[in-house]
Amino acid sequence: MSETTTHIPDEKVRIGAPSIPGFTEEGEDLSPINDNDSSPLGGASAKAHSHGGGVGVPDSSRAGRLTSTNVEDFAKLTGREEDWRFTPLKRLKGLHSEELIGAAPKVELTGNDIAKLSVVSADDALNGVAHTPDDRVSANAWKFASETQVLTIPKNAEGANASVRITGESLAPAAQHLIIVAEENSEATVILDHVGSAVLAQNVEFDVRANARLTVVSLQAWEDDAVHASSQQALVAQGASFKHIAVSFGGDLVRVNPSARFTGERAEIELYGLYFADAGQHLEHRLFVDHAVANCKSNVLYKGALQGKDAHTVWVGDVLIQKEAVGTDSYEANRNLVLTDGARADSVPNLEIETGLIDGAGHASTTGRFDDEHLFYLMARGIDEKTARRLVVRGFLNEIVQQIGDEALQERLTDTIEEELAATEN
Amino acid sequence: MSTLEIKDLHVSIETEQGEKEILKGVTLTINTDETHAIMGPNGSGKSTLASTIAGHPRYNVTSGSITLDGEDVLEMSVDERAKAGLFLAMQYPVEVPGVTMTNFLRTAKTAIDGEAPKLRTWTKDVKEAMSKLKIDADFAGRNVNEGFSGGEKKRVEILQLELFKPKFAILDETDSGLDVDALKIVSEGVNRAQEENNMGTLLITHYTRILRYIKPDFVHVFVDGRVAEQGGPELADRLEEEGYDRYLSVKA
Repeated sequence: MSETTTHIPDEKVRIGAPSIPGFTEEGEDLSPINDNDSSPLGGASAKAHSHGGGVGVPDSSRAGRLTSTNVEDFAKLTGREEDWRFTPLKRLKGLHSEELIGAAPKVELTGNDIAKLSVVSADDALNGVAHTPDDRVSANAWKFASETQVLTIPKNAEGANASVRITGESLAPAAQHLIIVAEENSEATVILDHVGSAVLAQNVEFDVRANARLTVVSLQAWEDDAVHASSQQALVAQGASFKHIAVSFGGDLVRVNPSARFTGERAEIELYGLYFADAGQHLEHRLFVDHAVANCKSNVLYKGALQGKDAHTVWVGDVLIQKEAVGTDSYEANRNLVLTDGARADSVPNLEIETGLIDGAGHASTTGRFDDEHLFYLMARGIDEKTARRLVVRGFLNEIVQQIGDEALQERLTDTIEEELAATEN
Repeated sequence: MSTLEIKDLHVSIETEQGEKEILKGVTLTINTDETHAIMGPNGSGKSTLASTIAGHPRYNVTSGSITLDGEDVLEMSVDERAKAGLFLAMQYPVEVPGVTMTNFLRTAKTAIDGEAPKLRTWTKDVKEAMSKLKIDADFAGRNVNEGFSGGEKKRVEILQLELFKPKFAILDETDSGLDVDALKIVSEGVNRAQEENNMGTLLITHYTRILRYIKPDFVHVFVDGRVAEQGGPELADRLEEEGYDRYLSVKA
């Protein structure tokens, strides 16, 4: 006679826990020892996710996505993929399918001289420390970027301020690779200011080392004809804090994918975004926060305004709380204000939770028009309709502007919002 | 002296079942320096009258008129009515996120007066008015009504009343949700505005409690969209004793 014994991990054995196959006290047991029969999410689907080059795990988890520096590993885009279904591929001007041999936009650094800019070759070992392409456009940019610009904030630096002006001067499809290294215990604000005209596939890496504090503002202030697809990935080490603010109001098609992964405990990630889409513009932001480690905190808030016919914004938020990430506190939200008819906001907040032992996790999305009650209240106090609308929109977007902290940039953004609002009224 | 005249007003709203008439011929005249109380059971149309005077888009005037010193109020937009001197203290003040109280108050004062108030005197006036209504000074930096309790919202409505100095104030159930202390403070604010600015007051309420602090010159009883009875302050005392049954049983 033979007996089979199953080793049950400690977390299942608790006083009062019901002994239902496939369930722990916290809910569905997603651990690998659950075979496929008892749970659709158990077994092979819950295997450790692959982040290196190689075959993707065939499941729907965001972390199971294929990553590779080889563009040939990625299938040609059809536009029906989950990751591309909102993006009009024709308007990508070949960033996904052509050779990106155009001249990359000029990179110029201004600021208080603490951060240093240098150039390394595209196969220098620095490349790929904090980034591996996870879609075809990013891999294409990886292949064709002829050099890599590296901005380094030295160890223990305080109050470093760097404005990196990226000026596009040609519409030939081009690739660019940037790395920003915030060394241990440094504190810096970096602005990536994208201006001019370009058709650009861009990879940006952020290596945020232990106890560093890095704030990045990626400003897409392009001319009306620019096309910009940017994969911006961050590694956030123990005790570090990373704040990323995407501000998009220029360009014909802009697609920014900021993602950040924790590699050490007690770290913090904040992803903020502000976008203002005019008629015909396509502004897309796809985020990913990977809680791979315990006791970390994340907060995501994107706010957008849309006006004009065929103004289109897309927001997809993915927050993954892995099994090891006990003590996580996270929240993601997207709020859209549609100012005129004919505009469309797509908003998809996703949350994957693999452990119940967390402090909090939430996701939210709202898309709406002007609240008539807000307008009535302000007008009933003598404020005319035009001014009332401005007050409400300004107030709505201000929450993100305030996060930036750099006064000059905040003023510039407030002016831009006023210009956009003046355009609505005409 | 100014006069607000409402003549045979019929007002309806859109519902899923079609247009529904709420006010079925309301006639009422109020002069500055007078206090009129409007009382009545739920659903009688009191708030509808208040919102209609202010111009809320939800309410359709199907016939009748509202004039302010002979000028047609119904022709005016919502903000024009406020500039003409009408102020509605709302029953449920909305939160307006992202717009600070100081910004809002100054913008409104500028709109109503036609010019920006002098900064130094304005700041002083706001501070004084806030302290008389026992509103904490740090409310100035908060967003309009955001996170305010019911009592705080109502006091902020009266703060606006004192700062904007309208000719006529329509107080839509300002007393609902207030404790005794808040009620006294709010009533003092209204009385102050009346004395200082010769304001005319249209006070809409369910309960006679507030009438102990704000003395009415006239009382109108609304039942089913019409004025069922009018009288002096003694009418309020009678309502306190008898309730509204007298009017409702007559209907049946």
